[in-house]
Amino acid sequence: MNPVQVVRVAVRALLRNKMRSFLTTLGVIIGVSAVIAMVAIGEGAKARVADAFASMGSNLLIVLSGSTTAGGARGGFGSMPTLTWEDLKAIRTEASAVRYATPQLRTNAPVLSEDQNWATSVNGVSPEFFSIRDWPVTLGSAIHPSDVEAGAKVVVLGQTVVEKLFGNSADPVGHTVRIKKIPFLVVGMLARKGQSAMGQDFDDAVYMPYTTFQSKIQGGLQKFIAGSIMVSTATGDELVRAERQIRNLLRDRHHIPIGGEDDFSIRNLTEMASAQQEGVNTLTALLASIAAVSLLVGGIGIMNIMLVSVTERTREIGIRMAVGARPRDVLAQFLVEALTLSFFGGVAGVLLGVFAANQLAARFGWPLLIRPDIIVIAVLFSGVVGVAFGLYPAQKAARLDPIDALRFE
Amino acid sequence: MAGPLIEVEHVAKVYRMGEVDVHALRDVTLSIREGESVAVMGPSGSGKSTLMNILGCLDRPSAGTYRLLGEEVSRMDRNALARVRNRTLGFVFQNFNLLARTSALENVELPLLYAGVSGRERHRRSREALERVGLGDRMHHHPNQMSGGQQQRVAIARALVTRPRLMVADEPTGNLDSRTSVEIMALFQELGRSGITLLLVTHERDIARYASRVVVMRDGHIQSDLRQTPQAADPAAAAAEVGLP
Repeated sequence: MNPVQVVRVAVRALLRNKMRSFLTTLGVIIGVSAVIAMVAIGEGAKARVADAFASMGSNLLIVLSGSTTAGGARGGFGSMPTLTWEDLKAIRTEASAVRYATPQLRTNAPVLSEDQNWATSVNGVSPEFFSIRDWPVTLGSAIHPSDVEAGAKVVVLGQTVVEKLFGNSADPVGHTVRIKKIPFLVVGMLARKGQSAMGQDFDDAVYMPYTTFQSKIQGGLQKFIAGSIMVSTATGDELVRAERQIRNLLRDRHHIPIGGEDDFSIRNLTEMASAQQEGVNTLTALLASIAAVSLLVGGIGIMNIMLVSVTERTREIGIRMAVGARPRDVLAQFLVEALTLSFFGGVAGVLLGVFAANQLAARFGWPLLIRPDIIVIAVLFSGVVGVAFGLYPAQKAARLDPIDALRFE
Repeated sequence: MAGPLIEVEHVAKVYRMGEVDVHALRDVTLSIREGESVAVMGPSGSGKSTLMNILGCLDRPSAGTYRLLGEEVSRMDRNALARVRNRTLGFVFQNFNLLARTSALENVELPLLYAGVSGRERHRRSREALERVGLGDRMHHHPNQMSGGQQQRVAIARALVTRPRLMVADEPTGNLDSRTSVEIMALFQELGRSGITLLLVTHERDIARYASRVVVMRDGHIQSDLRQTPQAADPAAAAAEVGLP
């Protein structure tokens, strides 16, 4: 028999017991759709985490200054300024893996427009900051290097600040805002960035040149950076190298002896991101394997029904053998029946799974991420289930003795 | 003509049933020429069914040799036997053994399906076979829509469709009334005239008279093996005999 005929015979046999075939398939449908939905949920969660970290900027290191020790109480990183402007310059010029570096000085202060006020995070940065954070302006312009040099009283605003001070979809460029009674010209509005992984609103911030911040907000120029240094590399692979370079550089510059403790710390956000991703991955794997178990149960259902079917159709097998079906023809017939069940179960499961994932994504506001490879794997796996669980009943059928089979009542 | 169609030498068959060996056949030697119609008779347990299963390539002998068309069948594996059943033999059973819920045409096509005959050819030959047994107008009927005689005709068409050299019939009239039985025997005789060798297992003397040779089995042996002039199966005459219209 050629393959087309084998499939036709199989489909006809299955259609004779529509309800039974459907119920058998249901096991596989549920298994496959569960796998797809679970993986989609996992991917959605992963994408959310990835998004959150990406919005902080990619390939990012944050260098924090050391801690104070006052009467035995250690203040934590950043509490004692140890990073100098010279350190920043050295990082920019000597650490070859570093692409951009910016200081980030921050404080919280009320920002006043003509008729509104809003307390927000006020930051002093260099123009590189916006490249590091991959954060363009949508209106006006960003902070320019000349602004830094001149210590210009200009600010760019995050969208939340714009909404609070000027109302929704207002254009703040050209207006003046006051911070600590000092007027600043709004030169730009940043694109919407959204929330951090911890739920912090990135758009609730204003940025000005760090020189301006130093002179107008902090008051007076200092040797130390009263904040942190943010560094980015061109690719994620260079992060480790950059981290090592900066550590060696700073230890050298701060004259820390070998074995001495760093008076600064370097945080690798990508590492934090990947740790979070790991967690989500584990969860996804867990969910998917539970779903896979149900697929396995579906396979056992197929085996069960195929065994019943072989017994029921013993006589038919005998007739087929008497007119010339070889054992392998009989094997093929039952195997293809099992495969057909599992294959259609797989396809229906994919449809149901995609639908379910869609509903869940809409319900929880996740991005809908259906991995095509998972669909292919799920369908293939259901096929494997069909073969694996169909093989034993099919072999049982093929091994029947034609005389016994014909005599079977 | 070359050698005989069937050559059985010292064939024995032993079944093992629990602790006991059952000797279904003990040393049977038989030779059947092409074109013969042989009726195998004997009481139940005489080994006639076992002999038929072996001759029909459904079973293999425990000892001895069986040559079909000069080919040693007794040593073939299951796949090769399936091929012989498909190409050289046609089976007719007492209970018809048609596939239920499958049309007459499809039932007849079944052996051709396993012979790998293409769709159109399969159709044509199956129609032809059904027409030959007088069921040209019932091709799309299912077995449960047909009388016993019609079902047996479908089975004969199925046996015929591969153009076999040997037709093996196991009590083909066992489930039929006497008039239909004669009709079926007339059909067999007609096939015999076209050169098909017929091997018929029956316990009815009335049926055995239509054969050209009668082999009687007893306790696994051939008790007698006699040639005779076959009586022509004439349904009308047979009906008259039992007083039917």
